[in-house]
Amino acid sequence: MLEIDNLWVAINGKNILKGISLNVKAGEVHAIMGPNGSGKSTLAAVLAGRDFAEVVEGSIKYMGRDLFDMAPEERSKEGLFLGFQYPIEIPGVSMVNFMKTAVNEHRRHKGLEPLSASDFLKLMRDKKELVEIDSKLANRSVNEGFSGGEKKKNEIFQMAMLEPRLAILDETDSGLDIDALRIVANGVNKLKRPDTSTIVITHYQRLLDYIVPDIVHVLYDGRIVKTAGKELAVELEAKGYEWIRNEVDRS
Amino acid sequence: MNNKDGISQRYLQLYNDNIERIRQNSSPLLNSFREEAIGKFTMMGIPDRKNESYRYTNLASFFNHDFRNVFMPSESDFLKAEEFRCDVKALDTHGIVLLNGFYPTLHDKLRELPGGAWIGSMNEAAEKFSSAVAEHYGRYLNGNNDALVHLNSAMACDGVFIRIPEGTRLRKPVQIVNLVHANEDIFNQHRNLIIVEKNAEATIIICDHTLSPGRFLTNAVTEIFVGENARFDIIRIQNEHNNAGKITHTFIHQERNSSAASGNITLHGGLVRNSTHHYLGGEGAESNSYGLYLSDKFQHVDNYVSVDHAFPHCTSNQLFKGVLDDMATGAFNGRIFVHKDAQKTLAYQKNDSILLTDDAKMDTKPQLEIYADDVKCSHGATVGQLDKDALFYLQSRGIDKREARLMLMFGFAHEVVQNINVEALRERIDSLVMQRLRGELSRCASCMLRCSE
Repeated sequence: MLEIDNLWVAINGKNILKGISLNVKAGEVHAIMGPNGSGKSTLAAVLAGRDFAEVVEGSIKYMGRDLFDMAPEERSKEGLFLGFQYPIEIPGVSMVNFMKTAVNEHRRHKGLEPLSASDFLKLMRDKKELVEIDSKLANRSVNEGFSGGEKKKNEIFQMAMLEPRLAILDETDSGLDIDALRIVANGVNKLKRPDTSTIVITHYQRLLDYIVPDIVHVLYDGRIVKTAGKELAVELEAKGYEWIRNEVDRS
Repeated sequence: MNNKDGISQRYLQLYNDNIERIRQNSSPLLNSFREEAIGKFTMMGIPDRKNESYRYTNLASFFNHDFRNVFMPSESDFLKAEEFRCDVKALDTHGIVLLNGFYPTLHDKLRELPGGAWIGSMNEAAEKFSSAVAEHYGRYLNGNNDALVHLNSAMACDGVFIRIPEGTRLRKPVQIVNLVHANEDIFNQHRNLIIVEKNAEATIIICDHTLSPGRFLTNAVTEIFVGENARFDIIRIQNEHNNAGKITHTFIHQERNSSAASGNITLHGGLVRNSTHHYLGGEGAESNSYGLYLSDKFQHVDNYVSVDHAFPHCTSNQLFKGVLDDMATGAFNGRIFVHKDAQKTLAYQKNDSILLTDDAKMDTKPQLEIYADDVKCSHGATVGQLDKDALFYLQSRGIDKREARLMLMFGFAHEVVQNINVEALRERIDSLVMQRLRGELSRCASCMLRCSE
């Protein structure tokens, strides 16, 4: 589904990602862990098509296509979803209008008619239940005045509405208390289908107790320095990132 | 007036040529103001850019024109105006149509509404309710030093009169549709007086329309008295054309514990200048002043707002936002004046503009004069582009860039539109704003009288 090959990315002339290669197959859940500043969020943003970094070298193929040929909106319509670490507040744009536009753009892309108002509201209702989001939030402006937890739930709600093939969740657990964490993780798990894939980007192992990864990568200083099964997350939690630093420095 | 100022001379000439007709068509009360007013106008002249409050607006572009006649309506004009229908069907209002500043019916120039309220012709009211009119007319110009207000006092013959008696709550808004329609270029001046007495409530909607494509210039003055504990909303919707110049002056005098909101929604116009004055003349008064301007091509929209905190414990809020495209220019001047004894004043002001091109230009100027020491005042202004992070967020959900930009601009504008307290109007304005942002012609009225025909 996603093949990243030797990706080098620079911001303001400084290399942030230094030769990342990663292969995510349909159905897999990958976790990318790493300390602050290791390049996790840069990777997520590059995948979603944010125009702030310079791709110096390397390639990304998504569903067999060159990802760099696709505008952010096209990536979305082709099933790629980024759950933002810091969801953006957009005053004056209602959640309903936002989601209606997004869902209908996705439908048009698939050659489907736009949803009727009543079908759309039903869809909203169903998905809100799925992610246990307060139904009042949908009547408000996008993320405006939402608490940290509400914003993260709202990301998962949008994911539920758009049913992506590949979801990239950028530190979706940060700022969540344990109940909100469970709700968010349950939402992600309920949305998981055998043919969809997930990349979970996180600092901590605790989210991975709920969203169990098939493969864990450790990103350090712009490189993937370790890849193993889910036990790696546990080991990392126990030994800390210091352990990775020492290992990298030794080699 | 200095003699080199040929433009001012031109309007003095217009006055001299028409004053006899004007006097014959007006009540003695209105006539009693003319001489002094034209004297003041003659001394001051049409404001130029050396005048601080007109610094960013070049009036000459519209005033430097040979308007020969002062319009006086004839019977056929009235019939034409009566054809006009506002097409916002859900909008249930007491309707008034003004044609080129005149109350265009031959009979029933004043109507009584439920609760003893009266609406109708200003000139007629000056006869019929002369003492009430005399008590308020010309009283709220706040020692005004604007020559255009004096020009209006000198020449205006008619306009709208509204009186809401003590304790009456008008359930339906009053809608004033200002039509400009003429076969020649005309200069219109009308004068409105709105009296909202103690404990009364009213909402007034003013729609500025043009029905023919000629070169028009309007200079309108509205004086409003809001009595103790009264609530009042005035919403002005401006949807004219590139050849239309619109100068409005709105003076709102507020008594103790009153609450008044004034909105200026400018969707289209060649040159627009709205000056809005709230005088908070008693403790506990509240004012909310808001505005939206969407302009493109060579349009210019200037909002001048002045809030006078003359008494303690008053609150005021100003929110003005706009989107400027092409070579459009705009100005905002927000004045907050806190008098010496007006302690515990709360006064806020915000002006945000989005420039869509490098050629669009916005001048914004906060002007705070505070002579009390226990007050909270804040002001903020931004001129910029659309938020890139927000744009990306929308795109990342599958919304293409063009649509995402529209949504952001709409959301930006909606923050202002949501201040409108009449739901049917608010919804219509939202949809007009969307059409306007999409570049479609947002004709307000699918009326029988098409501007383009």
